[in-house]
Amino acid sequence: MNGNPSTNNPSVSPGEVPGAIHKDPDVVIFGFWVFMMSDLIFFGVVFAIYITMIGATAGGPGPRELFDFGSLFAQTMLLLTSSLTVGIATVTMKHQRSQASFLFWVVVTLILGLGFLALELYDFSEMAAKGGVPQRSGYLSAFFGLVPLHGLHVSFGCLWMLVLIAQIWKVGMLDIIKLRFLRLALFWHFLDLIWIGIFSVVYFGGWVYG
Amino acid sequence: MIDYGWLGKLNWDSLVFSKLISNPSVSEVVASTAGCIVIIATIVILGLLTWFRVWGTLWSEWLTSTDHKRIGIMYIVFALVMMTRGLLEGMVMRAQQAAAPDGFLYADHFAQLFSTHGTIMIFFVAVPFVVGLVNFAMPLQIGARDVAFPVLNQISLAVTVSSGVLLMVSLVVGEFSTGGWTAYPPYTGGDFNPGVGPDYWVWAIVFSGAGTTLTGINFTVTILKCRAAGMKFFRMPMFCWTVLCSSILMIFAMPPLSVAALMLGFDRYLDFHFFTNDLGGNMMNYANLFWLFGHPEVYLLVLPAYGVFSEVFSTFSAKRLYGYKSLVFATMSIAVLSFTVWLHHFFTMGQSPTINIVFGIATMLIAVPTGVKVYDWMATMYRGRIRFTTPMIYAIGFLILFVIGGLSGVILANPTVDFQVHNTLFLVAHFHNVLIPGVLFGLLAGYNYWFPKAFGFRLNDRLGRWSAFLWMLGFMLTFLPLYGAGLLGMPRRSFSYMDLTFKPYMVVAFIGAMVILCALITIVLQLYVSLRDRDKNRVPVGDPWDGRSLEWSIPAPAPSYNFAELPRVTDRDEFTEAKEQGRAYQPPKIYRDIEVPKNNPLGFILCLVTGILMFALVWYIWWLALVSALAVIISVIVSTYRWDSERVIPASQVRGDVEKWLKQVKKSRAIGRDLENTPANVGYAKLEH
Repeated sequence: MNGNPSTNNPSVSPGEVPGAIHKDPDVVIFGFWVFMMSDLIFFGVVFAIYITMIGATAGGPGPRELFDFGSLFAQTMLLLTSSLTVGIATVTMKHQRSQASFLFWVVVTLILGLGFLALELYDFSEMAAKGGVPQRSGYLSAFFGLVPLHGLHVSFGCLWMLVLIAQIWKVGMLDIIKLRFLRLALFWHFLDLIWIGIFSVVYFGGWVYG
Repeated sequence: MIDYGWLGKLNWDSLVFSKLISNPSVSEVVASTAGCIVIIATIVILGLLTWFRVWGTLWSEWLTSTDHKRIGIMYIVFALVMMTRGLLEGMVMRAQQAAAPDGFLYADHFAQLFSTHGTIMIFFVAVPFVVGLVNFAMPLQIGARDVAFPVLNQISLAVTVSSGVLLMVSLVVGEFSTGGWTAYPPYTGGDFNPGVGPDYWVWAIVFSGAGTTLTGINFTVTILKCRAAGMKFFRMPMFCWTVLCSSILMIFAMPPLSVAALMLGFDRYLDFHFFTNDLGGNMMNYANLFWLFGHPEVYLLVLPAYGVFSEVFSTFSAKRLYGYKSLVFATMSIAVLSFTVWLHHFFTMGQSPTINIVFGIATMLIAVPTGVKVYDWMATMYRGRIRFTTPMIYAIGFLILFVIGGLSGVILANPTVDFQVHNTLFLVAHFHNVLIPGVLFGLLAGYNYWFPKAFGFRLNDRLGRWSAFLWMLGFMLTFLPLYGAGLLGMPRRSFSYMDLTFKPYMVVAFIGAMVILCALITIVLQLYVSLRDRDKNRVPVGDPWDGRSLEWSIPAPAPSYNFAELPRVTDRDEFTEAKEQGRAYQPPKIYRDIEVPKNNPLGFILCLVTGILMFALVWYIWWLALVSALAVIISVIVSTYRWDSERVIPASQVRGDVEKWLKQVKKSRAIGRDLENTPANVGYAKLEH
């Protein structure tokens, strides 16, 4: 991801709109970058709490009893692939391909995202079956404060996709919808990055130091 | 999560009045009176709005408005209402401590008072007042039509107000937290505090904090992306620089607070163990998170006040701001350093001396850029033609009093001293000494300074000066004795004491609190008198103070589109330059249609439903919480179906406005600075040197 993706972005037509600053794609996309920066701090703080809580298992189950790396590998693949498909959707939009092919890639992304969520929920239920519930220890509280926070973001992204699909269905690819999709794509890549952090710090780090 | 039935924990005994009936005492009379005031004030306001038939105007001009100026004004009105409550609470506390050891409040009631007082004064007075002033002035100063995201702006206001209303509701239904504004667990956790008090705190903080974060994003993007042509960074008025730094602080500092409050909520609601005593919880995490927010927060508040003072010193000394670049760098340094000192809020909580020393030195370092600023402001006044108007009196009072507060901060920054005076009234005196002369004086100076631009008439200067002097006197009487009592060892937050050595200090402080109340009354009186005499004090031309920056180059009150033609900036003091070169008061070359954001009901709807959501969460009314949470999501989704968010102001209307204004300019008499507080001042300043 380069610093500012919008400056020469042919998928939206900036145009001269005197005075209407909030319509300027550059401003809108930049605003979203700033939002993600703030969200990153939010995640960063929760990561920090998790790190301080590694080992605070209070006699309850820890990483080695609870983590299922097979399922985690599958989740990672689903999410990384969805980042690829959302990228393809962006390129399709950029090159003015048909609306159908664009929608196809968005729907694929949505399905991958939902698959990720399903596997994550399955993992949580497996953990709960082994006594790994947040009420058990500080460590598990920190785990369930962080990983589902990412899951909640992914669910929010899925809802966003559903709304966009419905809107494209209704009014077609307006510029404003293209802008919304660009931000969604950014958000989706951002969640991928967070997931890589979760995989490395929460799961691997927890496994090694827990 | 226990099931409590349809109304959750709510029942008749939750009402404040039922406690008065079951246990008649002075403490409960005070609580019930406060509850009554809230109810009666609400009924009176609703009644007056209906009587004068202004609901329609209120809805179309204010509640649904996306205009940054109106949103700013609503923020300030909200802040003033909350300030009245916070100040009255301060009075009651001072009375209690002055009356001790024969106080009239229960210990728990006193604890609620200091908890709400702190929470309100920081989150619902200082923050919204700052955000309101910035909203009003910053887009005008950078030559923009609005903030970058007008609807987001509305949403920020909505959640701030609904959280504030939640605090008002806590006066009538249930009780507030007794854990102080910092709400340290495990005391505020479910084990020790199972009541609704800390829940009120948690949700008010989570929602208003989210609003402030969004505001920070909005302001940052506005300054970075929406400046007028030619407005380079180093041509921005000083106020905009301080706003930029403070907005960046909002983006980085609010998330730790939201995380801390949410985690506390998880501990309380879902039995998590983030901060509990047992099962691996760690309350030090809370202290670190809270102050990782809390320290940048004070700079977030005081930097824009520094910005206001910079404008005021330069305008009322009729001089260019001295050391502009050094002020910019000092502001930036303060913003960065503010993230390196949070640990000084808990020197005594068990770190090694080495760590304490590191944070102590970092804290003392902040005095350096602040000192630079103080000298810059003094140098700005040096050989200037100073006029002692209300904003200037606040500014000079700030210079003197704030230096005392800053120095007591340097004393506290030394861990060995801090061990002696921590948790005493010395600390209370210190932070009031920086927050009142620093933040509040700045905000009140800004209120007096920009009021004519907002409403088209000047505030009464005589009463303004009265209120400024009363604030200073009241502040000194109330808080300077607390330094003494603190050094004698009187703990903060004591609802009573046995050692009568403290008594004289407390009595003087109480008298001071009465003076502060008079200062508040004078502000109300000033508003009333100014409204009454508004026709004598109108400044339609728009430049009552011989201003230097762009906001003074347009009519007062400012039109909804701000500038008929977006300005092209060539200098730091653009408007002064324009006046001197005869470029001011010119019609635009071509009149264009102007697009401004349409009104939007989203903010108002979110204010209602988030308010209901918070109330339902506090009282464990799960069905209502679910319904209102869904309502939040659905109303946001529905609002994304508005494809056209702009309305057009036709060029002909703009031309009409401008020509009317220019005609006014032509027939007005330019007046010198000495006459600026007389009815002769219609906002047309004579060129003077």
